Amino acid sequence: MTKDTKSAVPTDLMFDDDELERRLAQTWMTGAGVWGALTTVDHKIIGRRYITTAFVFLAMGGLLALAMRLQLAQPEARFIGPDRYNQIFTMHGANMMFLFAVPVMEAMAVYLVPLMVGTRNIAFPRLNAFSYWIFLAGGLLLWTSFALDTAPDVGWFAYVPLSGPQYGVGKRADLWAQMITFTEVSALAVAVELVVTVFKQRAPGMSLDRIPLFVWSMVVTAFLVIMAMPAIMLASSSLILDRLVETQFFNPAEGGDVLLWQHLFWFFGHPEVYIIFLPAVGMVSTIIATFSRRPVFGYLPLVMALIATGILAFGLWVHHMFVVGLPRLGESFFTASSMAIAIPAGVQIFCWLATLWGGQPVFKTPILFVLGFIVTFVIGGLTGVMVASVPFDTQVHDTYFVVAHFHYVLVGGAVFPLLGAIYYWFPKMTGRMMSETLGRWSFGLIFAGFNLTFFPMHILGLEGMPRRIYTYQPEMPWAGMNMFVSLSAAILALGFLVFFIDVIRSARSGPIAGDNPWGASTLEWAMPSPPPCFNFRRIPVVGDRDPLWTQPDELAVATGLRTDRRELIVSSVVEAQPEANESSPRNSIWPLWAALATTVTLIWSIFSPWAVVWGSIPIGITLTGWFWPKQTPEDES
Amino acid sequence: MKAGVAVFLLLSAILIAGCNGAQSALNAEGAAAVQLKHLIIAIVIVCSAVWALVMIVLILALLRSRTQRERPSSESERRMGKLVAAAVAATVLIIAGLTIASFYATRGLGAAQDAGITIKVRGQQWWWQFIYDDADPAKSFQTANEMHIPVDVDIRIELESIDVIHSFWVPSLAGKRDLIPGRQNTISIRADRPGVYRGQCAEFCGLQHSHMALFVIAENMPDYQRWAASQRGISVAPSDPEAIAGKALFMRKPCAACHTIRGTDASGTTGPDLTHVGSRKTIAAGLLDNTRGSLAAWIADPQTLKPGNNMPMVLLSSDELRQLSAYMESLR
Repeated sequence: MTKDTKSAVPTDLMFDDDELERRLAQTWMTGAGVWGALTTVDHKIIGRRYITTAFVFLAMGGLLALAMRLQLAQPEARFIGPDRYNQIFTMHGANMMFLFAVPVMEAMAVYLVPLMVGTRNIAFPRLNAFSYWIFLAGGLLLWTSFALDTAPDVGWFAYVPLSGPQYGVGKRADLWAQMITFTEVSALAVAVELVVTVFKQRAPGMSLDRIPLFVWSMVVTAFLVIMAMPAIMLASSSLILDRLVETQFFNPAEGGDVLLWQHLFWFFGHPEVYIIFLPAVGMVSTIIATFSRRPVFGYLPLVMALIATGILAFGLWVHHMFVVGLPRLGESFFTASSMAIAIPAGVQIFCWLATLWGGQPVFKTPILFVLGFIVTFVIGGLTGVMVASVPFDTQVHDTYFVVAHFHYVLVGGAVFPLLGAIYYWFPKMTGRMMSETLGRWSFGLIFAGFNLTFFPMHILGLEGMPRRIYTYQPEMPWAGMNMFVSLSAAILALGFLVFFIDVIRSARSGPIAGDNPWGASTLEWAMPSPPPCFNFRRIPVVGDRDPLWTQPDELAVATGLRTDRRELIVSSVVEAQPEANESSPRNSIWPLWAALATTVTLIWSIFSPWAVVWGSIPIGITLTGWFWPKQTPEDES
Repeated sequence: MKAGVAVFLLLSAILIAGCNGAQSALNAEGAAAVQLKHLIIAIVIVCSAVWALVMIVLILALLRSRTQRERPSSESERRMGKLVAAAVAATVLIIAGLTIASFYATRGLGAAQDAGITIKVRGQQWWWQFIYDDADPAKSFQTANEMHIPVDVDIRIELESIDVIHSFWVPSLAGKRDLIPGRQNTISIRADRPGVYRGQCAEFCGLQHSHMALFVIAENMPDYQRWAASQRGISVAPSDPEAIAGKALFMRKPCAACHTIRGTDASGTTGPDLTHVGSRKTIAAGLLDNTRGSLAAWIADPQTLKPGNNMPMVLLSSDELRQLSAYMESLR
């Protein structure tokens, strides 16, 4: 009996390395061809797909920005009319926030977190597949509506009553609101997966104080997503109800409140900035450590700063509402809390400076982007302190000063680190290096183009140029600077073009990277590039924060996982003691069907409330297929 | 990075050199705006200094680490810890200082309680209605897109919106404040010198948000009183034959359904009150200078000049157009 069971259960103890890899590959592989692509639940394939899609949306959102700059280069230009312009700036904002910035950060985590914590797949792999499909559907919905000239035109913030039933034309605002639902569902799904992956699937020995900083940043981000996103979902659903079935949430004539919208929106909208920024903090810490050739200075303060930022992020949404006429005491509280967030940001900056100070930096492209990040993000942070001041804000709110400010925060604070991160992890993801020459060119052009484009906007704002205007009159003193800004935007665009060319070229023919081309310390570099479908041949055992630096030759491993089915180790939350072997779902087509059923229901429900009723039937069927238990003979015995 | 420093310094120089735009927060001509300008300059200087310090440390860190070769010792790590802690403490102090400065500045900016004059501002898509109410209804009047105020007097502005959210903003006189449906907000402005101050809607309010400008004309008290007296009066019947024909046309065509001209039968309220339209500096919320030609152009084709606005195109012959614009011009 025991003998039979033993022979029926092949584990990684029984095979030599080559045989083990062959068997694991058989168990974990993604099917071939289109069917394989549609059914895969491999976090690396989904992560790459997610990142690629998000970058496509970045490029498209960038083209919209260029169109706006073309229109604004001269006063009273007639290149784009007001209707199209309003769609374009709404699309630019919504696209960059909901289809690029948040998804790309989560996508990086989908790819990297399981590798960095030493596990074989993300928790809930089918949910992960579903989240990508639903994100793609939301993106296609928004861009299709733009192609049909019916894109939302109420701003990415969609303030009522402009977006309400009385003033919002046609189905444009509904499309906006429903696109939010798509991206929320996908963001929430990923957030839940990340929290469970990090807390329950870490490699043995990776206690809480040994978790890589990028992983920490994604955990805090995931909690922000889980807490902030329901507020916007509530807001967008209320808006759809107001528009579709005549509820009166936001209609003051019937006892509704216009400001309710702004509170709900910004209760989400402010943490959103940190949902984008905190992952970048993790990337910066990782890259600085690797290229300074030393552990990052102040691991504990950095983790504390992440958590403090996460908590404070929920206490300052009102600073978007300083000119709506709130009680003075409330404004004072939100000024203080908005200013206070500069303190954890300071802690992070000083720790990074200390790391550079005490290290021996190697100047490769990734760290150039990180240095560019420090230069620009500090400006964005300081202008953030400025707009946190109520009196200051009453002059610059809704002007180009704010446009400059948040681009410094979002591009300086998140996109620069992200581009650095792409240069950094590209070899792992593709097995090939990106070009150092093109990398320097793209960094130089993007850095110069960015600052030349956005710094003058501070001045335009102080000179009284409001945001969201499609044109201005020649007698306003803004023409020269707008022309300058538009020309600079071309430099910025050229920088991105070089980046994209480098990515495409290197993916095909870049030099072969090897396992650990940068000499980094974290677990994702402890495997071939690109990683095999099963990630780790044997699950590593972690004894400190920088396992590849302290055990450079061979990592200790944990064994006992089966090779004939998808098994991974579930470990305890604090100490990461192994608790059980758990099986991970196989490939399945059902997440795709479920996403399609959800998509049809969500789009249909813009037009009829009955969609929610009838749409639940196909969703129910697909979910049943998804969760249908597939028992193996051993399970029964 | 050096390029960044250069750009920053260059642009800061432009900033400090001052921008005397028609609509600039740095071109302050009212008590509140002056106070805000001082605060803005102070905060910008402090923040620029902080940025410069961080950059110096960054550059030193990069230069230093190029030359040093020894691994960091636990002693140097401890020293660094102390330095980081000191930097964080300095951050806390600076942040606290700026917060207190901001609170202090806010205290001086409240809406005037015992204001000399109260003006009701109603934001509409896409123009400004200014209502000068008086206890005696016969003395009440209203105007559009152009507000006159006396200098050195606190003006209480009551803000309301009948459609979407707008924001009232005349940067040379004060910060902005939103006009929110279902709420009433107030702000006070005060001009220290006579002058024409441009303002603009700052909250995105739909298709023609870009063309929702206003002018505040601050003048000495006697001039202001003369202006108010003339605005109180009803429209003077035109004497010129062309304008007389224009008046008849105005009453016959749909114009009167939307516009009021006091002293005539025209009493529509959805469009601007035109009783004294000829006396205004601009038409269509700052879009065009108020000349007879631009009046005619506007009446002939408002939808091409300002697409999406609520004034329909009314088909008129060229004679009719001349007559109407003559009448509008005569309404002084």
